[in-house]
Amino acid sequence: MDTHTKIRKIKEFIIERLIFLSGIMSIIIVALIFAFLLKEGLTLFWQVPLSDFIFARNWYPISDPPQFGILPLILGSVLVTAGAAVISVPIGIGSALFIAEIAPPKTKEIMKAGVELLAAIPSVVIGFIGMITLAPIIKSVFGLPTGLTALSGAITLAFMAMPTIVSIAEDAITAVPRQYREAAIAMGATKWQTTWRIVAYAARPGMLAAVMLGIGRVIGETMAVMMVTGNAALIPHSILQPVRTLTATVAAEMGETVQGGEHYAALFAIGIVLFIITFLINGAADLYLHKTKK
Amino acid sequence: MSSEQSIIETHSLNLYYGKFHALKDINLAIQAQRITALIGPSGCGKSTLVRVFNRMNDLIESVRVTGEVLVEGRNIFAPETDLITLRKEVGMVFQRPNPFPLSIRDNLTFGLEIHSDYSKQNHTEIIEQSLKDVLLWNDMKDRLSQTALNLSLEQQQRLCIARVLAMKPQIILMDEPCSALDPIATLRIEELMQELKKNYTIVIVTHNMQQAARASDYTAFLYLGELIEFGETKHIFSAPEQKKTEEYITGRFG
Ligand SMILES: Nc1ncnc2c1ncn2[C@@H]1O[C@H](COP(=O)(O)OP(=O)(O)OP(=O)(O)O)[C@@H](O)[C@H]1O
Ligand SMILES: [Mg+2]
Repeated sequence: MDTHTKIRKIKEFIIERLIFLSGIMSIIIVALIFAFLLKEGLTLFWQVPLSDFIFARNWYPISDPPQFGILPLILGSVLVTAGAAVISVPIGIGSALFIAEIAPPKTKEIMKAGVELLAAIPSVVIGFIGMITLAPIIKSVFGLPTGLTALSGAITLAFMAMPTIVSIAEDAITAVPRQYREAAIAMGATKWQTTWRIVAYAARPGMLAAVMLGIGRVIGETMAVMMVTGNAALIPHSILQPVRTLTATVAAEMGETVQGGEHYAALFAIGIVLFIITFLINGAADLYLHKTKK
Repeated sequence: MSSEQSIIETHSLNLYYGKFHALKDINLAIQAQRITALIGPSGCGKSTLVRVFNRMNDLIESVRVTGEVLVEGRNIFAPETDLITLRKEVGMVFQRPNPFPLSIRDNLTFGLEIHSDYSKQNHTEIIEQSLKDVLLWNDMKDRLSQTALNLSLEQQQRLCIARVLAMKPQIILMDEPCSALDPIATLRIEELMQELKKNYTIVIVTHNMQQAARASDYTAFLYLGELIEFGETKHIFSAPEQKKTEEYITGRFG
């Protein structure tokens, strides 16, 4: 009996530690990645002042002397991401509401399968399709010299964000307790009033998480963006010009750099910037959720 | 029972869930400004019957209804029935308190806003009056913008009643409104019902025989989808005419 309890206690102890360890592991790994980024990236700022890095308008990493201004890259990323968000958030949330609340069972199954399929397409394939079909259309519709523009990137990325947004938002909407709907309908609310004012409102935190994850995917996306945005590191004046994003820059140039060199450090510094942007977006979402909870 | 006072009447009401015959030839006249209790063993069709009166059964696809149900003299299954008006006239309180995940104030104004015949200026008055009616005003008046989900279950249920009162209905349907509450809260809700019946007609489903005996004026006993007996509560509980009724209220089955 006594040894029994002892063994049980030891078991408990080990299991608890293991769970703790796996929990702490994810934090440690993130911390290590960030430390590595800092170590490799911060050396850039011995030579280039931070303000020049962020605000200078020219990214000529291999000219002599090199110029490491990432402002055009930041603007490229912002433009493409914001464009993708403007397209994918309303459509994604709308589809999620439709699938969860309105669609008849058959349609619902078909749409869900479609969304899953869309999520399963590799980004390089989406990029390829965008390059072959979308770019020519944009070129001829707007009469541009090239169809590889920020707009093409935004539309392509919207297709990548949408499955994430739709499926997570749909889960959140479906998880809203039936009693809320019943109460609203019993008060004489129409289907639309119930869906919009009660169900969507109750599902807000989940829908926000869906949007964040969708946008997270857009910011981090590299392959498709490289294929359709034209990759010109210029400050864009409209969404119909070629741009280059932060991620595409790192992916395209990392192979040509000398480890430990200035260019190499600059690409890592871009990594730090990306990390901080993602962190800020997540932080803002958290803050918003905590505020509305009260 | 003089029929000019009856506010709900059913004539040969039958309801089917697909092939399942859930309500069988129900003829019932519910009196205005009285409390009518529906009792009967689990699965006999009490919830189904109250949900006929505001047509909540419409949400279930397989449901089919025959016969007539008159609410304030109008057949609610007639094609010209406006469900939105019907549900404003016939409010419903559920078994589990289900306030919306909104502030206390927004819970009360939701009904006003969807039935937009109320001007915004009246909202404050209506909020105050409906909270007073359910005896929540003193506790709630300083925290109207807090979420309703932090209230106690009893307060939540009172708020759900207030939310219905705010729409100024004629009839309030209650499907086991006290089954999630403790005995003391239950008694207080019963007191509230006595207050409310001065202005409203109440139909309450209950599993609790004492509650039916204590709180209602009329009692309907349902068994396997049939209305076995209907009459004044004191009659039903002292001298039931049907053997089944007697067996049920003395606790021999159910
Ligand atoms: N959506 C439905 N589809 C099919 N059958 C149903 C449905 N809802 C209820 N029923 C059946 O109709 C009968 C009456 O159900 P109802 O919920 O009205 O009973 P009740 O008297 O309210 O029971 P309880 O006291 O358990 O709440 C039951 O046999 C039940 O199984
Ligand atoms: Mg029931």
